[in-house]
Amino acid sequence: MINAVVGVRCTDLVKRYGDVVAVDGLSLSVSRGECFGLLGPNGAGKTTTIEILEGLLEPDAGEVEILGLTWKGHERELRQRLGVQLQETQLADKLTVEETLRLFRSFYHRGRTIDELLRIVELESKRRSWVGKLSGGQKQRLAVACALAGDPDLLFMDEPTTGLDPQSRRQLWELLTHFRQQGGTILLTTHYMDEAETLCDRVAIVDHGKVIAQGAPRELISSLGAPRVVTHQGTLEDVFVALTGRHLREE
Amino acid sequence: MNERIDRGGSSHPLIELALARLREFGREPEAVFWTFIFPMIMSVTMALAFPGSGTKPAVVGIEPGVHAAAIRDTLAHAPGVTVRDIPAGDEARALREGEVHLLIVPTEPPVYRFDPARDESRVARLLVDNALKQASGRRDPWSAREEPVQIAGSRYVDWLIPGIVGLTIMGTSMWGIGFSIVQSRMRKLLKRLVASPMRKSEYLVAQVGGRMVLLAPEVAVPLLFGVFVLGMPIRGSLLSLSVVCLVGALAFGSLGLLLASRARTFEAISGMMNFAMVPMWILSGVFFSSSNFPEAMQPAIHALPLTALNNALRSIVLEGSPLRGVAGELAVLGAWGIGGFALALRIFRWR
Repeated sequence: MINAVVGVRCTDLVKRYGDVVAVDGLSLSVSRGECFGLLGPNGAGKTTTIEILEGLLEPDAGEVEILGLTWKGHERELRQRLGVQLQETQLADKLTVEETLRLFRSFYHRGRTIDELLRIVELESKRRSWVGKLSGGQKQRLAVACALAGDPDLLFMDEPTTGLDPQSRRQLWELLTHFRQQGGTILLTTHYMDEAETLCDRVAIVDHGKVIAQGAPRELISSLGAPRVVTHQGTLEDVFVALTGRHLREE
Repeated sequence: MNERIDRGGSSHPLIELALARLREFGREPEAVFWTFIFPMIMSVTMALAFPGSGTKPAVVGIEPGVHAAAIRDTLAHAPGVTVRDIPAGDEARALREGEVHLLIVPTEPPVYRFDPARDESRVARLLVDNALKQASGRRDPWSAREEPVQIAGSRYVDWLIPGIVGLTIMGTSMWGIGFSIVQSRMRKLLKRLVASPMRKSEYLVAQVGGRMVLLAPEVAVPLLFGVFVLGMPIRGSLLSLSVVCLVGALAFGSLGLLLASRARTFEAISGMMNFAMVPMWILSGVFFSSSNFPEAMQPAIHALPLTALNNALRSIVLEGSPLRGVAGELAVLGAWGIGGFALALRIFRWR
């Protein structure tokens, strides 16, 4: 019987690149309808983890279950039900917004119309513009529209707002919030505290390929206790500092 | 599942992928320019270098000497011979650089200096020898009646144009496909595509298939140029010619996929493309017949896809061969196409 409650579950994931252990025994569980954040500094293993969950990388060890299914034997079905936004993808510069969406929409057996997608990401006025002429925020919204083309049950977003101006970030947050309200499940990675606090029901703080803390953002912050947070309201940054002695954005 | 597929107004992924490829190409003015202009420039250059009608005269040099004037007068009336005085000390240079094909030392009897390995020099020797001996009173037992014929399609340019068509098909198919794939890989677009439900084989088929649309104009440019500007005849059917071009383009498209299947940079793909194509420029009979190479190399040369394509094109264009007549060449091209595609699909790097 397919587990209808599980959005994403993985246990004891390990991924090595030569001597470097990128993911070191990582386990997570995300329920359907939840927005879950992987929070951590650059190089913590967030992207490797999300790419394993997306079925793009083979883990060296560990189990992955997506929407109650394993990648092996269910790849075609799963791909129809997932939306994916990768960190570094540059869509073709010389295609228009509409042509790009048409291309991605053609891969799905069901989903939204091009007009709906354009409206959701507010790119109707850019329909006939070349992708190369879009601003960073517009490109990112187009990437989200491509991810939403098949009306997915589960959305993977790898650092969706990195490099965006504050207004574009807010626009993208609203988009993701709207997707949540429609019953969708989201797994995202970020190194922005405010993003995790605003969007996520629960977060896992990842460092050196391991989950070092997990829970609702408020819970994690209040678990620090009063003495640590004297001068300002606590944030997830304080949680990370308390756990590792380092700052999240340290390079 | 019998669920009806709803693509939300989009066409089949194969069509959308091929359209995307064509749009990107069409919006790149430089790519369009070079694809169509290059074969034309090449045809004109070759036509200038090897004029089709009229024979080139044999150029004969005469060293200074007592009998130089007499020999010059005799040869001045000989057909097909141009005489040039060569100052003493300049002989070796004039011969080496091909300024003269034959050098006469005006002694009694004269001395001929020439390189017997050069065809022009051997011809010049025969013409000069004949003219000088006749002038000295030689009587020929009989003279053959000569019937000069001008056969359209037998000139060098006629032979050359199908080779340039073959070269164009190879070059545009391989560069066009190779570069766009490497670019998509560098931009991580391939990775994004495999994260969608796109079928990998459909992507590869669309890359090769998209190019087929461009094939007609690419091939038409050098052919029309050959027919209308250089007067090349096309003896075979246009249908057979189209089939050969199509099979050739599929074969080279698959090879383009194969070469691009793992390359991550433009430098890598350029190196591999040149490594694969330059030997064929030389071996496969584009500018000169591949029969010039030793017998032992012939089986390998005939197994090359460009040799098969050029031979098939020439059979159809110049000899009017039916498709049946080029079945062997089509089989060679088909093998490269199918083998290349199958291997590319196996080893293709999507990340």
